[in-house]
Amino acid sequence: MDLSDSDLALVAALAEGLPLVSHPYRAVGAQLGLDEAEVIARIQAMRDGGIIRRFGIIVRHHELGFKANAMAVWAIPDGVVSEVGRVLGDAPEVTLCYRRPPRLPDWPYNLFCMVHGRDRGAVEESIQALVRRFDLGAYPHAVLFSTRRFKQTGARYGRPIPRAAAAE
Amino acid sequence: MDDIDRAIINTLQGGFPICDRPFDAVAETLGLTGTQLRTRIGKLKADGIISRFGPMWHAERMGGELTLSAMKVPPERFDEVAGIVNAFPEVAHNYAREHALNMWFVVATEKPGRKAEVLAEIETMTGITVHDMPKIQEFYVGLRFEA
Repeated sequence: MDLSDSDLALVAALAEGLPLVSHPYRAVGAQLGLDEAEVIARIQAMRDGGIIRRFGIIVRHHELGFKANAMAVWAIPDGVVSEVGRVLGDAPEVTLCYRRPPRLPDWPYNLFCMVHGRDRGAVEESIQALVRRFDLGAYPHAVLFSTRRFKQTGARYGRPIPRAAAAE
Repeated sequence: MDDIDRAIINTLQGGFPICDRPFDAVAETLGLTGTQLRTRIGKLKADGIISRFGPMWHAERMGGELTLSAMKVPPERFDEVAGIVNAFPEVAHNYAREHALNMWFVVATEKPGRKAEVLAEIETMTGITVHDMPKIQEFYVGLRFEA
């Protein structure tokens, strides 16, 4: 899906999130010179086109009580990595699951899962349960708990339009 | 946070209506008025429970790039290097993790080619190799948390 300049301006306008007013899409449109129906139609089109993965609230999991955050990684042979990835991705404990390239010699792992929990012990147990349930014990494996969070913001996209243009 | 806040978080992580009065529409399903819902969302945002309220973008479909990168940072240089990395607006998050590769960050760029520039600039500024581990295949992206 190709985004027009006006779509990109809308993307930028949504960076801070929706305003908490009764007609938020009208309020967003007012900054851009678009009417409410047009804003709604464009956001819907971007959602239908998969440009927007999800439209809702994004929580700060640490503040919500999910203080243990582990990246569990495995080195899985190329021939079976997709199959193992699909199985792990379907597991309810897993919040994200990707195949990524290994970077030898520092990093032999090619399958990455995130597991979040309220405490470290629970997360360790969840990961061990995954290893048992899916018979992953033979593959090299590491668990990287996060120890500090330096930055957590949404990615920034879109092009803000100058105020003067917005007012036209 | 009470049961109503928890219900708001659990419901709105799944999605938000795209219609003219969306707060009223979703408030009704939660047994609230639109005003009550907006007040509570505002409070959850102020308390830092909610980071954003809006779209989660698919970087690649927007024509951009997204990658996970890792560095092996000497412990005594950790804060200095984190400062350099975090100063890039393209760095969306950055975590210290327990491994020889101890700094992990996500780079999200809008234009193709910019990702490579950001990683090269970080390498130049820090003198530390940046391992670029872009997604090859995506099996699940369901980052949701039950409150």
